[in-house]
Amino acid sequence: MQLAPPAGGAFDPGAEAARATEAILHDTLHGTHRGVVVDSPPGAGKSTLVVRAARELAAAGRPLMVIAQTNAQVDDLVLRLAEKDPKLPVGRLHSSDPDPYDKALDDLPNVRKSTKAGDLAGLDVVISTAAKWAHVKVDQLDAPWGHAIVDEAYQMRSDALLAVAGLFERALFVGDPGQLDPFSIVGAEQWAGLAYDPSASAVTTLLAHNPELPQHRLPVSWRLPASAAPLVSGAFYPYTPFRSGTDHGDRALRFAVASDGSAADRVIDEAAEAGWGLLELPARNTPRTDPEAVGALARVVRRLLDRGGAATSERGPGPAPLTADRIAVGTAHRDQAAAVRAALADLGVRDVTVDTANRLQGREYDVTVVLHPLSGRPDATAFHLETGRLCVLTSRHRHACIVVCRAGVDTLLDDHPSTEPVQLGVTVKFPDGWEANHAVLARLAEHRVRWSG
Amino acid sequence: MPAPPRRRTALRQRLAELRGPDVPARPLDARALAALAANPGCSRRSLLDGAGVDKTVLAQSLGAPSGFGQSQFAFMRGNAFEARVKADGGAELLRLTHRFLGGGPEPVPGGSAVPDLAAAGPEGRAARTALALREATASDGWTLLDHPMLALDVAGTPAFLEPDAVVVHPDGGWTVVEIKSFPMIDGSADAAKVGAAARQSAVYALALEQVAARIEPAPEIHHHVLLVCPKDFSNLPTASAIDVRKQLSVTRRQLARLTRVEDIAAELPEGTTFDVRRPAAELTAAVEAVPAAYAPECLSACELAFHCRARAREQGEVTALGRSIRGELGGLTSIDDVLSAASGATGDPDDPAVATLRRAAELRAEALAGEAAACH
Amino acid sequence: MSLIDGLARLEAVSTGRAQPRATARHRHLSQRPLVLVPLTTAGEAGAPLGALVGTERTSPRLLVVPQPRDRDLRFAFLSELAEIVLPYVDSFAGDVEAAERSETDPETSKRVKVEVELCADAPQLIVPSRAGIEFVRLLGRSMRFRRTAEQDPDAPYPAPPRVPLLGRWLTHFGERARVPGSSLLLAMTELLSRHWATGQSSLEDQHLGALLAWIEAPEGTSGAEAAFRAELARDEAGQLLCPPAGPATDPAFDNTLLAPAMERYDRARSALAAAEDGVAADVGLAALTAAEQEIHALIDSRTRPTWDAVWRGLDALCTLPVAAHDADRWTRDRWSFTGHRDRVVAGEPPQPRVDDAVTAANKLATREREQSRLEAQEALDDPLVMAGRRLAGEAFAGEVTEVVMAYSEAKSPRPRPLVTVRTDDRPHLGERTKVYRALGGKPQTAEFVAYEGEGVVVLRLTDKMGRGKEPDPGSVPEKGDRICWTLFEHEQRGGPKLPDPEETPWTHGGPPAETAERPDPVTAEDTL
Repeated sequence: MQLAPPAGGAFDPGAEAARATEAILHDTLHGTHRGVVVDSPPGAGKSTLVVRAARELAAAGRPLMVIAQTNAQVDDLVLRLAEKDPKLPVGRLHSSDPDPYDKALDDLPNVRKSTKAGDLAGLDVVISTAAKWAHVKVDQLDAPWGHAIVDEAYQMRSDALLAVAGLFERALFVGDPGQLDPFSIVGAEQWAGLAYDPSASAVTTLLAHNPELPQHRLPVSWRLPASAAPLVSGAFYPYTPFRSGTDHGDRALRFAVASDGSAADRVIDEAAEAGWGLLELPARNTPRTDPEAVGALARVVRRLLDRGGAATSERGPGPAPLTADRIAVGTAHRDQAAAVRAALADLGVRDVTVDTANRLQGREYDVTVVLHPLSGRPDATAFHLETGRLCVLTSRHRHACIVVCRAGVDTLLDDHPSTEPVQLGVTVKFPDGWEANHAVLARLAEHRVRWSG
Repeated sequence: MPAPPRRRTALRQRLAELRGPDVPARPLDARALAALAANPGCSRRSLLDGAGVDKTVLAQSLGAPSGFGQSQFAFMRGNAFEARVKADGGAELLRLTHRFLGGGPEPVPGGSAVPDLAAAGPEGRAARTALALREATASDGWTLLDHPMLALDVAGTPAFLEPDAVVVHPDGGWTVVEIKSFPMIDGSADAAKVGAAARQSAVYALALEQVAARIEPAPEIHHHVLLVCPKDFSNLPTASAIDVRKQLSVTRRQLARLTRVEDIAAELPEGTTFDVRRPAAELTAAVEAVPAAYAPECLSACELAFHCRARAREQGEVTALGRSIRGELGGLTSIDDVLSAASGATGDPDDPAVATLRRAAELRAEALAGEAAACH
Repeated sequence: MSLIDGLARLEAVSTGRAQPRATARHRHLSQRPLVLVPLTTAGEAGAPLGALVGTERTSPRLLVVPQPRDRDLRFAFLSELAEIVLPYVDSFAGDVEAAERSETDPETSKRVKVEVELCADAPQLIVPSRAGIEFVRLLGRSMRFRRTAEQDPDAPYPAPPRVPLLGRWLTHFGERARVPGSSLLLAMTELLSRHWATGQSSLEDQHLGALLAWIEAPEGTSGAEAAFRAELARDEAGQLLCPPAGPATDPAFDNTLLAPAMERYDRARSALAAAEDGVAADVGLAALTAAEQEIHALIDSRTRPTWDAVWRGLDALCTLPVAAHDADRWTRDRWSFTGHRDRVVAGEPPQPRVDDAVTAANKLATREREQSRLEAQEALDDPLVMAGRRLAGEAFAGEVTEVVMAYSEAKSPRPRPLVTVRTDDRPHLGERTKVYRALGGKPQTAEFVAYEGEGVVVLRLTDKMGRGKEPDPGSVPEKGDRICWTLFEHEQRGGPKLPDPEETPWTHGGPPAETAERPDPVTAEDTL
C-alpha cells in the first residue's frame, strides 16, 4: 500500500496508530494514574484496542472487568475476544431477561455465562453492560477488580459510572467523543456546571475530577476512506483531527451494470467516484416520512444492489461483492426508518440495515444511504442540529455515503434562531451544530445530483 | 463580502428613504445587534433594523405598542450595583477579572489605570477609547476602561456600542466585562439571562476586534467574557467567565447576512416608507409589504411582535401557536387548511401529513366520544 | 408539541374556546390546599413585596412589605408567612397510618421490612405560575441557612424564630415539584395547560389570566378576545386590567403607583423618626399608617385578581374525574412529606446548597423513573392521552379476532397462546417487541410474532396465566375482546442502589467534605 506523504512530512498511518496504541497500553499496564482516557474517532480501531488491552492485562496476570453500554456491544466484544484468543477464559455476566445474550456465545467453550458475578469469579475477563454491573455489589466480590475497561465511555452517563466505579481500582476509558451524547428524559439543569452532573457523560465527570489523567487519541480512521476523513475530522473533531488510514485510490467501488442515466444511478456513480453523493429533491416542507424522499432513497438502495457493485479495498486481494449486508440506511427518526423499510420491502429489498443514528453507532458498512435529518423540515431544532447525529450518519461507511435531502437546508440553517441559554460553569461543546451542518452541506453540494422523479 | 462602495452609498440612500426624510437612523445597540439572531428568518425585522427604523415608535403608530418596559426599581438596582462593582477605581472588578481570567500579577488596589474616556460625540469617544486601548496594551499594568465607546461596522453604517467595561490585562489581553443585576446563587444563574448577556458581550468582543486589527501586533481578545452579578441575596459582586466563541460566530454570521437587506429593500414597491409621521393605514401597508416570520418567541424579542401576532392570527398561520407545531404538518401552513385536511374535506390522503392528521382527528374524536358516553 | 395536541390547539382557535387535552384529572388536588400568590420586587433577588395566602377562598391573609429594602420589614413578612404556612404543614404531620418500608439491615445487608409511620395526608401549596414555583425555591434558599437568636445567640441580625424552618419546608416543596407527577407544590398555569389546549402558544399560556379566559369562555363567546383583553387591556391610567400573576409586577405599576407610594412611606417614616414631640409623633404615625395602608391596598389590588383566578382554576379542574392512578402518585407525595417531617424532627441540618454526586444521581434516577411512570399512568387512565400514544406508534388498540392455544418448548410446557388482533393503529413493532395490556390492574406481557396482513397483528402471550399447564380463567383474551396494548411498560423497575455518599468513588471526586453548611454572610449594611 502506497501513501502519498502529506505536506510537511511523511505520514505513515500504520506507524502512527501503532505508536498511539503502544503509549496507551504502556499507560494502562505500567502507568501510575488510576485512569487512562482514549478518544477514538469513527473506525479508528477502538474494539481492536479494547480486545488487545484486555488480552495484555490478562496475560500479565491481572484479571479485569469490561463495561460496555449495550448487550450487543458486550456480545460483540466477547466474540472478538474469543476469535483472537479462543483459550482465554471469559465470563459473560447477563441479565435474567429471556434471551439475554447472543446465542453464538453458546458455541464458545471458554466463555462462561451467568447472571451472578460470583459464578464468574476467577475468570480472566468478565464482560457485561453498565446496567448489569450496577447491580453487582462490591461486597459480593472478594475484592474490587484491579482493572476495568470502560467501552463507549462517551455514551455512558456520569451516574452510570458512579454506580459501577466502586467495582474497580483503575480503568481504561475508551470512546468516541463525536457521537451522540447521553441524554436524560427529565431536566437536569439543576446540576449543570457541577463536575459530577449526573446527566453529563462519564468522561466529562471523570476528567473534571481527575484532570491529570493521561489522555490519548487514536489518530487514524481505518474505516473512513480518504474522501471522508478530512470532512468528518474537520466538521466534527475540529480540535482533535485524525487521518484516514488509506489513501485516494486504495479503495474502489465499481458496478458491473452501467448507469441507466437516472438520478439514482448518477448519484451512485458520483458517490462511487468521489466518496460522497447528494441526491437533492426540490425544496418543500414535508412531514418526516416524506414519501418522495423515502421513495428516492429506496430506489437508490435497489439500484445499488441491482448494479452488481464490487468493493475493492486493502482488506482483500480482490473485489468483494456489495451485498445487502454491506449497505445501511440511516435516518434521524424511527418512523422514517419504518417508512424506508416499507418502501424497500415494496421494491423487494431485504437484509439491508435500516436504523436511526442512535442504533447505527459503532457499526460499519461499505455504503451508507442517509436521509438528511433536516430534509423537508420547516425549521431546525436542537435535536436535528445535534452534531453527534450527523456525525454518526456520515461516518459509518468504508467507501461511499449518499445523502438524500430536500433543497433549502442551507436557508433553514441560516434562519435558525440562536437564543440558546447558557449555564454557568458548563464547558462549551464543539463543534457547533450549525457550523458542522454547513461544512457537511458545502461538501455535499460539490457532489449534487438533482432528483427528477 | 462587503458591498462595493457605490452600491453601499445607494443602499444607504435607499434605507434613508425608507426611514423617511430627515429621520435619523436609530442607532443599533449591542442588545439590538444580539437580537438579530433571535429570528434571522424574518425579513421584516432584518429590514427595519438594517434601515435603523425605530420599531418601538413604529409599533405605537401601528396601534400595537410593545409591552417592553423597565421597572424603576430594577433600573435603580442595576445602577447601584454597577457603581458598587466599579467603586474604588474598579478594585473589586479587577480582582475578579484577575481571579477568573488571570493575565498578569494580582492587581494592587489603587495601582490600576482608569483612563478618562470623555470626548465629544460618539465618534470622538470611540477615538478616545481606541487610543486608551492602545496605551493600555503597551503598558504592563491593569487598566479598566469604564464605559468605553466602540464602533462596529453594521451593513456599512457604524454602530456605536458602549460596554459596561473593558479590562486590559498586564499581558496585553483584552476582556469584555458585562455587569448584570440578576443574581448568581450558589454558582448558578438564570440560563436565559446568561445567554442574552453572552450574546450581547459577543457583539462587544466583535467591535473590539475591529479596534485590535488596527494595532500591530494585534492584541489578544479573550473569548471568555467576565460576567459580574450580585452574589446570592446580596449586593456584593461575584463573577463567572463565559466562553462566547459560539456567540461570536453567530453574531459574525448575522452581521454578514445583514447585507441582504438590500435584496429585501429591492422587492418593495416604489415609495414605500416607514416614516412614522405617515397615516397608520399607509404604515400598515408598508409593513405588510415586507414578509414577516412571526413566532411566539418574538413576543420577548421584538418591539413589533404584537402587530405581527395580530396579522399572523388574522391569517390563521399555524406558527402563531408555536414553531414546533409545524414539524409534522408538511406543506400545510394555515389553520383552516390543517383542520380541513384533518376533517377529510380537503387534502391528498396519500400525503402522510394529511393521513396522520386524519388519524389524529379520528383518535381524538373517539377518545372524547368515549368520555361523553362514560358521563351518562 | 405532539400532533394530537397541536390539533387540539387548532380546534381551540376555530371554536374560540379551550379544548380538552385530558378526560381525567392527572394531578392530585387536596381538599384543603394552601394557595400562595406572591409578589417580588423588580430587580432584587428574594425581596418579597407581598403575598395573598391562605386555605380559605374568601378570606386570604394579605402580607405586605412596605419597603422591601428594609431587612426588618422583610423578616417581619417572612415571620408572618411562617406563622401561616408552618401550622398548615404541621396540621398534616400528626395524622399517621402504619406502613411498611423495606430497608437494608446494616448488619446483614439484607432487605428487611420495617414498620414506619406514613402521614395520612399531606399539605399542598398552589401558586399561580411556574415563576411562582421558582420563587418558592428562592425563598426557601434565602431562609434555610439563616440563624435565629435561639440557635445562635451571637448571630448578627438573627432571623425571626420560625423563618429558617419555613426555608427548609419551602425548599422541600420546591425540590419535590421537580419530580414528575408530584403534587405537593403545583403551579396553576401548568395544571390548566396539562388538561386543556388553548388557541394560543404555550408561551402565552404562561399568563394565568389569558389561559383561564380560554378555558372559562362561555359557549358562543370568544376565548381569544377574552384572553387578549386579559393579556393587554389597560385602564385609562395605563394599568393592566388583569395584573400579571407574578411574582414579577408590571413595570407600569411599579413606576406610576408603587414607587410614589413607597416614597411617601419612606418620607413618613423619616418624619416620624425625626418627630421631636408627641404631637409631631402622632401626626407622623398617622401619616405612616396612611402610607402603609396605601401600599397594602396596592398589593391587594394586584394579588386579588390572581388569587381569584387560582380558585377559579381549581373549580375548572374539579369538573374532571380523578385519574385512577392519582392515589398511587399522591401516596408517594405523602412519603416525601413524611420523610421530610422525620428529618426535621430528627434535628438534621438544612438541605445543602448543592447536592453531592450521589444525591444528584439518585434524584435524577427518581425523576426519570417517575417521568416514565407518569407517562404510562396517564395513558392508562385516560383514553385521550392513550390516543396520542397510539398515534405515535407506542400503543395500539384493536379487536381480538383469533386465539390459538400454543405451548412453550420447555420440559414442562407452559401456555403461550397466540392472539391475533386487528387494529387501525400503526405501532412500531419489531422482532419480538414486547407489548403490555392491563389485566386486573396488572400488566400482562406478550411479544410480537408477525403481521398477518395489513393491520393484523399476531402476539404471543408470555405471562400472568397462572402456574398450571392450562391458563387461569380470564387470563387469556377471547375473540371479540377489544384491548389496548402498549409498547411501553406499565410499571417501572427500580434502579440500582448507588453507593453511600461517603463511598463516592474517585471518578466522582471521592467522598464529599464533611463540613456543615455555613449561613450566608450578613453585613451591617442591608446590601440588597
